[in-house]
Amino acid sequence: MLKQYETVFIATPVLSETQMKEAVAKYTQLIKDNGGEIVYEEDWGLKPFAYPIQHKTSGFYYLIEFKAEPTFVETLETQYHRDERIIRFLTVALDKNAVAYAQHRRENKAAKKAAPAPEAEAPAAEVTANEE
Amino acid sequence: MAQIENNEIRYLNPPTVEVRKKKYCRFKKAGIKYVDYKDPEFLKKFLNEQGKILPRRITGTSLKFQRKVAQAVKRARSLALLPYVTDLLK
Repeated sequence: MLKQYETVFIATPVLSETQMKEAVAKYTQLIKDNGGEIVYEEDWGLKPFAYPIQHKTSGFYYLIEFKAEPTFVETLETQYHRDERIIRFLTVALDKNAVAYAQHRRENKAAKKAAPAPEAEAPAAEVTANEE
Repeated sequence: MAQIENNEIRYLNPPTVEVRKKKYCRFKKAGIKYVDYKDPEFLKKFLNEQGKILPRRITGTSLKFQRKVAQAVKRARSLALLPYVTDLLK
């Protein structure tokens, strides 16, 4: 049974663009090689940290949503641990509400990309609009 | 002396009557089912200036969603999207 997961990792800011692409390719390949499938990928780019990590103040964030066997997560995290380029990572299992949210978020992003009109971030705007 | 005849008490300063707004759970009201850790701007509504999670008695969030908010805030902190400790967050 494949389960849906979401993983965010932070790579060191010293990487060049090609090195970053290499790192991303490594993990997407790893997911595919272990019988998983990529649902969605998102590059957040270089973001400043809220607090310093390993004397660094910013890092490359990358989000991958994937479906895989539950046993695969351990393999993935072991790889993260061994990789010197990765300074932080978080893997989360998505329940049905989270999957629905992720889908919605993706559609919003896609719609925003197609017609970049308002500057507010799509998911944030959606949430704030709902709650009033 | 119309006021006295009417038995009406007049104050110099009108007494302040506290009208408390009823608190509500914004998640239940808006039908939000999942609290996203990737959206720090939204999570900041549940933090005080020091970056601490506000109690339910202030935000009015229901227990179910307070747990989810707490979980999301902690995830965001570990990804350095939110600080663990700070001053003047807002």
